[in-house]
Amino acid sequence: MLGLYRFLKYTAIIAWSAFVVGPFLWALTTSFKTAEGVVSGARYIPWLQYKPSLEGWKNLFDRSGKGIDIVAPYLSSITVTLSASFISLVLGTLAAYGLSRYKYKLGPIKNADITFFFISQRIMPPIVLSIPFFLMLQALGLLDTLLGLILVYIALLMPIAVWVMVDFFSSIPVELDETAMLDGCSPVECFLRVILPNCKPGLVVGGLFCVFFGWNDFFFAFILTFTKTQLLPVAVVALNSSVTPWWTLSASALISVVPLVVLAFIVEKYLSSGNLSGAIK
Amino acid sequence: MSLILENMTKVVDGVTHLDNVSLEMEKGSFNVILGPTLAGKTTMLRLMAGLERPTSGRMLIKGQDMNPIPVWKRKVSMVYQQFINYPNLNVYENIAFPLRRGKLKADEIDHKVRTVAELLHIGELLTRKPKDLSGGQQQRTALARSLVKGDDLLLLDEPLINLDYKLREQIREEFRNIFDENGDTIIVYSTTDPLEALHLGGQLLVLNEGRPLQSGATHRVFRNPQTEEVARVFNDPPMNMIDGVVVNGRAVLGQGLSVPVTGHISGLKDGTYRFGLRASDLFLLRQSKNDVEFSATIELGEISGSETFIHARHHDVSWVIHEFGIHEHSLGEQASIYFNSRDLFVFGTEGGLTAGPEESTSTAPIY
Repeated sequence: MLGLYRFLKYTAIIAWSAFVVGPFLWALTTSFKTAEGVVSGARYIPWLQYKPSLEGWKNLFDRSGKGIDIVAPYLSSITVTLSASFISLVLGTLAAYGLSRYKYKLGPIKNADITFFFISQRIMPPIVLSIPFFLMLQALGLLDTLLGLILVYIALLMPIAVWVMVDFFSSIPVELDETAMLDGCSPVECFLRVILPNCKPGLVVGGLFCVFFGWNDFFFAFILTFTKTQLLPVAVVALNSSVTPWWTLSASALISVVPLVVLAFIVEKYLSSGNLSGAIK
Repeated sequence: MSLILENMTKVVDGVTHLDNVSLEMEKGSFNVILGPTLAGKTTMLRLMAGLERPTSGRMLIKGQDMNPIPVWKRKVSMVYQQFINYPNLNVYENIAFPLRRGKLKADEIDHKVRTVAELLHIGELLTRKPKDLSGGQQQRTALARSLVKGDDLLLLDEPLINLDYKLREQIREEFRNIFDENGDTIIVYSTTDPLEALHLGGQLLVLNEGRPLQSGATHRVFRNPQTEEVARVFNDPPMNMIDGVVVNGRAVLGQGLSVPVTGHISGLKDGTYRFGLRASDLFLLRQSKNDVEFSATIELGEISGSETFIHARHHDVSWVIHEFGIHEHSLGEQASIYFNSRDLFVFGTEGGLTAGPEESTSTAPIY
C-alpha cells in the first residue's frame, strides 16, 4: 500500500516537474543550437547530440540592424518596471498604513470601501481600461513614451501594493504604534522609525508582486506604444518565427525571465509564509 | 495633588464605556483599578494615556489640563496585557528607545538601561530579540522600557494576565517591590482579579460597567464594601447573597435559616434585606459555639491550585464555600455548614450597605 502511494506520489511530482521545467530546458537547449541542430530531429544534449553555438544569443545583441536589438526594450522595461513598482510601493504603503490605522469617512464611504476601490481596479478586465488610458495619455501627449507607461503602471500596480500592505499592517498590533507614541514619537516618526523597519517582509512581497506584474504585462505596453518606445514583452512577441530563427526566439524568451528568477532567489527567505504572517508575535 | 481626573466620560456610538469618573491620585502613589471584563478599565487607562479623547471631562497633571496635549508629548508610559516590544530591536535597544528621543549622552543611556535591566532580571538578555524571549521576559522588557523614562504616570493594563499563574504571582511580587521604590511616578494598575488587587494593596477604584463604585485604600474597600455590587466585584468567588427578612428580633435567611440578631446587626429594623457572606466565611467544621448551622447538599467540588470551592444547595439557595487545602467531597452528600452571624453583610433592597462586620472580627483572610 505504502509502496503504491510512494510510487504514485513520485510519479505525480516527476510529471508535474517535467511539465513546468520541460519548456524551459527545451528553450535553453534550443537557444544554443544552429539550424542544423533544430531541424535534424529531437536532440537535447549539447556536444553529444549537437554542436552548441552562441549564434542565437549573439543575434539578440546585434545592433548592426541585421539582428535583433533587444537591449533598448530591455532597458526600457527595467526603467518602467522599477520606477512604477517603487512609486507604487511607496504610495501603496502609505495608503495602506493610513487605511489600517485611521478611520476615514466621507458620507457612506468608509475604510473598507476605499480598500475595495483600490482592489476593484484589478477586477476589471484590462480591455476596459485600455481606451480610457489611451485617451488620457493622448491628451497629455504621453503616448509612446516611458513616462506615460510609468504613470499607467503606477495605476495598475498600486492596488497590488495596497492590498498586500493592508493585509500586512493588520498583522502588526496597533499597540506597537501606540507604544512608539508613548515613547515620544510623533505619528510620522512612529511610521518611519518603528513600523517601516518592521515591515520588510511585507515590502518585499508587495514589491515583488509589483515587479512581476509590471515586467510581464504585455497588453498595456502593446496598446500604448508604437515605434519610439518598446517594452520587452512586446519586443519578444514581435519576433516572428518566419523571420527570426528559433534559437534566437528561445534566447529572447529566456533572457526575459532572467531578472525575475534572480529576484526570486534573492528574496527567497522572505517568501516563506511564516515570514510574511508571523512577523510579529 | 498630583493627578486629578474630573468627570471623565467616554461614549462611543451611544455606548457609555466610562461614566463620569472623578479621582485624585497622589504623587508616587500606587493605584489599582479593579473591575470585571468590560468594566471600562482599559478605556480609563487609554484616556489617561491620551490614546483616546474623553467625550467630556479632563485630566489634570500638576494642575495642567492634559486634553490638548498629544500622546507623544505627555510623560506617560503604558504596559499592555499583550507583550508589546519593538520586534526589530534587541532588548537593550528596546529599553534605550525612549531615551534616544531625548538629549542624553550615550554613557548616561547605557547606565540607565543596564540599571533598569538588572532591576528586572533581564541583564543577561540584552542582546536578544523579543521573539527569542519567554512571555515573562517580554513583559519584563516592556516594563523596563516604561520605567527607564521616569515618567509622571505609568499605566499597567492587566500586565500579567497572559502569564501562567505561578509566574504571575512571582512577577507580581517583584513588580510590587519595584513600584514601592519608584519615586514620584504615579502608577495605575488594572486587574480583574480581586486577589491580585489585595496582593498589590495601595489605593483602589472599583469599576463596573463603566461606573466608578467605590474608592479608597484597597484593604479598607475590601473590608467595607459600600454596596452589594462592590461586594460582588471584589470577591472571587462572588459573595453569597441571600434574600432574607428581619421580624421580631430574628433574621430569617432564604427559606427558614434563622439567625440571631446580635452584634453589628442588632440594630436592624423589621423588613426585607439582602444578606451577604463571603465564601471564605463558610465552614464545614464548627468554628465556635455561636455558629449558625445548616444542612446542604453538595452539588459540585472544584479544586483550584491549593483551594477547594464547594457549591452546596440548601432549599433553593446555592452557596459557595471556600475551603483552604484540597478536599474530596462526594457529590449529593449532605453536609453541615457553619457560619457566624458576625461575618454577615446586610444590604438594603436598593443595594447599599446597611450593616457590615466590624473589621476586627472578620475572619476573612487578608492576603
